[in-house]
Amino acid sequence: MSQVTSKIPEVKSELMELNLGPHHPSTHGVFRAVVELDGEIVVNVIPYLGYLHRGFEKTCENKKYHQVIPLTERCDYMGASSNSLVYSMCVEKLLDVTIPERAQVIRVIMAELSRIFSHLFWLGTHGHDVGAMTPLFYMLREREEIMNLFELTSGGRLMPNYIRIGGLAQDLEEGFVDRLKAFCDHFDRRVDEYETLLTKNIIYIDRTKNVGFLSLEDAIALGASGPMVRASGLKWDIRKSSPYCGYENYDFDVPVQYGCDIYSRYLVRVQEMRESNRILKQALTRIPEGPIRAKECGKIFPDQQDIYTKMEALIHHFMLVIQGVALPKGEYYQCIESPRGELGCYIISDGTSNPFRLKWRAPAFVNLQTLAPMSRGCLFADLIAILSSVDIVLAEVDR
Amino acid sequence: MNPDAVKEKLASRFGPDTIEVEMFRDQVIVNVPCQKIVNICQFLRDDPEMKFDFLSFVGGVDRMPESPRFELVYQLYSTGSSERLRIKTRATQDEDGAASIDSVYCVWPSADWHERETAEMFGIVFNNHPDPRNLLLPDEWTIHPLRKDFPLMGSDQDTPDLSK
Repeated sequence: MSQVTSKIPEVKSELMELNLGPHHPSTHGVFRAVVELDGEIVVNVIPYLGYLHRGFEKTCENKKYHQVIPLTERCDYMGASSNSLVYSMCVEKLLDVTIPERAQVIRVIMAELSRIFSHLFWLGTHGHDVGAMTPLFYMLREREEIMNLFELTSGGRLMPNYIRIGGLAQDLEEGFVDRLKAFCDHFDRRVDEYETLLTKNIIYIDRTKNVGFLSLEDAIALGASGPMVRASGLKWDIRKSSPYCGYENYDFDVPVQYGCDIYSRYLVRVQEMRESNRILKQALTRIPEGPIRAKECGKIFPDQQDIYTKMEALIHHFMLVIQGVALPKGEYYQCIESPRGELGCYIISDGTSNPFRLKWRAPAFVNLQTLAPMSRGCLFADLIAILSSVDIVLAEVDR
Repeated sequence: MNPDAVKEKLASRFGPDTIEVEMFRDQVIVNVPCQKIVNICQFLRDDPEMKFDFLSFVGGVDRMPESPRFELVYQLYSTGSSERLRIKTRATQDEDGAASIDSVYCVWPSADWHERETAEMFGIVFNNHPDPRNLLLPDEWTIHPLRKDFPLMGSDQDTPDLSK
């Protein structure tokens, strides 16, 4: 009988490099990452950006101040009005003009609607990323209603381009307030409905709890802001810490969670939708009558009606279109709480009608830096959930 | 934030002639020499009265034809006191025009991508940066689009249209 030899070949172990993206549903755009794997464990993630880089800042330097507004909304198309808001506020500060009360309240409405809009879509796609197909269809239903509201303001459904330097493009359409009221009244119940899908869903909790850990110390050091840092236990919201647009007059809470994981980020965003709805309800009761744009000859566009009837208004309009508005020499950094965190606009003016330098502080760009530290040591499947919990908009990351 | 207090604090630590503080539209801007940038940032982060633990962004500005040409802007925030502060400096430039400055990655790790972006857009070298690759532009590109002398529409040699 021959001897059976069972020689086990020596086990070879080496890291595997896996390419994720740039076209992959879970990357929500064109984002590529090279993932180093040890078996199923993520050893390192190296992100490659720039597929959507279109030279936003360079373009802005070559545009007149009022021509920049549509470009800003194309950075973060999920919370479009936040972008035009921060840009307009920065220019207004340099111009030193005050905005009428009616415009301020409507700006708050637009900003909060875009926050709900963005969080809804995040919630839907995030659920989708971790295997829950149903939420997306629920979210799109309410999102559709917000798009209808945006359409009522200025015609644009995704990027309304409604906020302008000095105020708003035009007054609210008739029926807007009633439709918004109807939306606010039923929205809280809708959020309850979303929560029945995920908050106590054991599969969802298993996938997200204690996954994607980001300590508060790391979050601050890496520059994370918005829901990312609030889910790590820092109660910081720019609407509270340095209020703008009259946010100090609204009664709302800043949701904070201490789990530092994906589940905490989920809880923070869901709660934020409820708080936004609270702000919307208060704003609806206090829309005052009055102008929707500051009246500053030669700085702010005159009302459309005046252009048709008044000679001076027509001249000012013409000059503003042809020459633009020359800002005083100086610089300003304005930041607001966008759906994703600290959205900032830094403008240096050299006294001409083009920005000398415009720097866009995109929250998603900075938050994405936390991806690699959060993912090391996790399973590869968790990487998708972690990436989704950062809530990136690639157009804003690459600019 | 009181500009005089900031000036006094920084001047007592780094010498009175080096720091210039200005105020515009209620925002404090501190001009510092670029050789001391890392020390000053470290001080602003760790000093118990300052505690600027959060870096909002690092950005570059091309001040052509001034010399030194490139300005760097650091926007800071304190999560404790909610104060904001902006630091500005000029990168050192040698005879060939190459600009460089020390990286503040060691102070705020969030400077990583901001500095990489500034480096490729302006052609400024950040010394001691742990990962000085291009971030947004293709690796093989050696152009610096945010410089004022770079043409807005790009050039056929440096930024060829890939669809042709």
